[in-house]
Amino acid sequence: MARAVSRNQKIGWTIAAWIVALVIFFPILYAIITSLKTEQEAIAGFNLIPSFTFESYQAVQSQNDYFKPFMNSVILSVGSTILALIVAIPAAWAMAFSPTKRTKDILMWMLSTKMMPAVAVLVPIYLIFLRTGLMDTRIGLTILLMLINLPIVVWMLYTYFREIPGEILEAARMDGATLRDEIVHILTPMAVPGIASTLLLNVILAWNEAFWTIQLTTTNAAPLSAFIASFSSPQGLFWAKLSAASTMAIAPILILGWFSQKQLVRGLTFGAVK
Amino acid sequence: MATRQTASLARLMRAPAIVLLLIWMLVPLGMTLYYSFLNYNLLNPTNTSWAGWFNYQYFYTDPAFWESIWNTLVLTLGVLFITVAGGILIAMLIDKPIFGQGIVRILVISPFFVMPPVAALIWKNMIMHPSYGVFADIAKFFGAAPIDWFAQFPLFSIIVIVAWQWLPFATLILLTSLQSLDGEQMEAAEMDGAPALSRFIYLTLPHMARAITVVILIQTIFLLGVYAEILVTTNGGPGFASTNLTYLIYRAARLNFDIGGAAAGGIIAVVLANIVAIFLMRAVGKNLD
Amino acid sequence: MGQITLEGVAKRFGEVEVIPPLDLTIEDGEFVVFVGPSGCGKSTLLRLIAGLEDVSDGRILIDGTDATDASPARRGLAMVFQSYALYPHMSVRKNIAFPMKMAGLPQDEQSRRIEAAAKALNLTDYLDRRPGQLSGGQRQRVAIGRAIVREPSAFLFDEPLSNLDAALRVGMRLEISELHNRLKTTMIYVTHDQVEAMTMADKIVVLQAGRIEQVGSPLDLYNRPRNAFVAGFIGSPRMNLFSGAVAAEYGAETVGVRPEHISVSAEGGKWKGRIGVSEHLGSDTFLYVEETGLAETITVRSDGEVSLRHGDTVWLTPNEDKIHRFDRNGDRIA
Ligand SMILES: Nc1ncnc2c1ncn2[C@@H]1O[C@H](COP(=O)(O)OP(=O)(O)O)[C@@H](O)[C@H]1O
Ligand SMILES: [Mg+2]
Repeated sequence: MARAVSRNQKIGWTIAAWIVALVIFFPILYAIITSLKTEQEAIAGFNLIPSFTFESYQAVQSQNDYFKPFMNSVILSVGSTILALIVAIPAAWAMAFSPTKRTKDILMWMLSTKMMPAVAVLVPIYLIFLRTGLMDTRIGLTILLMLINLPIVVWMLYTYFREIPGEILEAARMDGATLRDEIVHILTPMAVPGIASTLLLNVILAWNEAFWTIQLTTTNAAPLSAFIASFSSPQGLFWAKLSAASTMAIAPILILGWFSQKQLVRGLTFGAVK
Repeated sequence: MATRQTASLARLMRAPAIVLLLIWMLVPLGMTLYYSFLNYNLLNPTNTSWAGWFNYQYFYTDPAFWESIWNTLVLTLGVLFITVAGGILIAMLIDKPIFGQGIVRILVISPFFVMPPVAALIWKNMIMHPSYGVFADIAKFFGAAPIDWFAQFPLFSIIVIVAWQWLPFATLILLTSLQSLDGEQMEAAEMDGAPALSRFIYLTLPHMARAITVVILIQTIFLLGVYAEILVTTNGGPGFASTNLTYLIYRAARLNFDIGGAAAGGIIAVVLANIVAIFLMRAVGKNLD
Repeated sequence: MGQITLEGVAKRFGEVEVIPPLDLTIEDGEFVVFVGPSGCGKSTLLRLIAGLEDVSDGRILIDGTDATDASPARRGLAMVFQSYALYPHMSVRKNIAFPMKMAGLPQDEQSRRIEAAAKALNLTDYLDRRPGQLSGGQRQRVAIGRAIVREPSAFLFDEPLSNLDAALRVGMRLEISELHNRLKTTMIYVTHDQVEAMTMADKIVVLQAGRIEQVGSPLDLYNRPRNAFVAGFIGSPRMNLFSGAVAAEYGAETVGVRPEHISVSAEGGKWKGRIGVSEHLGSDTFLYVEETGLAETITVRSDGEVSLRHGDTVWLTPNEDKIHRFDRNGDRIA
């Protein structure tokens, strides 16, 4: 019984929604516009039409070696997510298809580790990294980010796996599949959409992580979050350059994010809202 | 599924994740607890001694501690209020039949994907800067004096930035919940002559209650840990005006090298986070089976 | 070969004993149906045989060798699940090939068996489709095809037809029976539908609360139900059961007489009653007779041409040779 909405009403709502959306999006849009200005234009007052110069992008690369933190971001976010998946897929398989009385408790406990404030373990992690030489290394940070996101990865996979009927895995077992066959030939291909969205969301979370990356890196392993944070104490005029660096830092993840909106809700609420 | 063979395989499959998380939780927390009872400063590491409750006492009696607790509270509640209220309104707006709904959604969700330092720097320099920001341009246009937001309203400015980052999250989740609202129920209420406001209060809000709870609880966890936004904008200042608990502990550890003090602060943060966590676990746990 | 023997097999889930110790032998080539009400443990028993659950007690022998601790794969049995349990990401061809791939059969042998199974099951045109693109009946056939190609020593079916609509169910029932006639492989078939049991089985195992109530051929069960439960469960419409004075007259606690063993007359007979509902099926008429003073209603099966109607007074006469007598425990007397 969908009610026909009058055209005028629809146009009214459309205008209102677009205004709100553009206001919310404006800071990002303005950063993108500013990145295409010269430094003089950038501070010359409000102006939405840039001169479309890419000089700031070139400057960021040549003066600050932008490529290095960018690669660090890629390595840290993808690396930590893949590590987490390797540990989490078997765990989620076990909890989804061979649950015990304690499975629920284990899942809740895993979630609770996610609630530990990072700052509470800043001191020991900082000291451990200092003493073991992990400070400012990609490997150290990759492992740390993996641990931070592991509970979310397990949870997301678990909620996806639970949607796969156990009978299908049993059928495979009857058909002579070993556990390895079962995971490789049946479970994983069936869960590909779920695994992909888990991967996507966790790359996003790891890419945007900005506490540990700032605490535990200086130059070598610094990803974009730490790199951009170092712009907070600027010398001279740098509006356009800052915008260029910001645009490059957020563009890849913004695009990934647009693709994963739906899974985002599910992942970030641990399946509580679908 | 439940043969001994699969059960023991399952135990093996679960073990790595559990062991890793167990270590990740117990070792650092144990160390924090231990350090919190030490006089331990990285500038003078040879002079380490047992401190008893001194670090806690020190934190407890420091006016900056109470100020930071207050700031944490204001920051968290302020952002929660803006994001939940704004999220409900925007979700209901986007849920209306509109042209280009997909693009509107994408625009609205975008700030969530902006990493905190970038978000803070864009707002600090492009929007709220007293001479070059858009707000200043607007003020000048109307002939008013531009406001130096971060100097005059530091905490409020940070609230604005953080709220901007989390508004999309709240909107998206509330929108998801709204879209699962039973259209027939709404139509029945409309046929019964219920006006729009009471439909909202008696049907829409209760339906979204669960999603709102989830938004509040999950955001709270992240909001208690706001850090990068403060670091790149106000550095916690002026004075301690925009220092939250996280930032205060960071300051103790990294700027004052006071390991013992920072550890004590960390334990306090854990206690506070746990109080929130208990509520979250309840809400999420209900959905398990 | 496919002889399966259960010796003292029992299953407990925690404290709950779902299957008390039971013994059962299924001969090679037999079509055995486990029938019983929902929740009585049929699936559990089948899954114990399949190896998908561990027995709590007892032994399972397959062709004389102890398979109690063997993994499902090594028992050489094939199972068709109620939900079909097809692999949704694989084509029909790959679904059917999967068990052979796991067994490491050569490629040409795999293709040969797939072609043969597809031909037998009318699936040749659908081999490259995904399960999601098939109808319920076709999915069921794919599941059967996947079982056939393994050339198992026995097939296990768990309510395979319960997700199909009535017309398809009859067709598939025939197909499975034909399959059994052709392959002559042991089949164990679980259903809660006694019509399926009666029409398909060589041997029926009636289960209630995990216990075996009776084992026998369909006609055995029909003619000589061992107790009141089996008497009531087997046969459609259900057997009429009476207690009290009528039963005492026959020296029993309970007596039963099937609807088809009661004759009805407008003139006279043993029991008087009034017709409640009458169902005209064309071939038969089912009369539900009330106000007899013996039971709430008595079901009578009459021929299709009967002209009695609602409210008519009728006389019923049971066929004395076909009266079943049960004692206080519900067990058959003589
Ligand atoms: N994994 C299990 N854990 C606990 N109880 C179970 C389990 N599987 C089955 N049961 C119980 O065992 C009984 C028999 O179940 P089932 O074999 O599925 O019955 P049927 O197939 O005859 O309908 C039911 O009461 C059911 O609740
Ligand atoms: Mg069953």
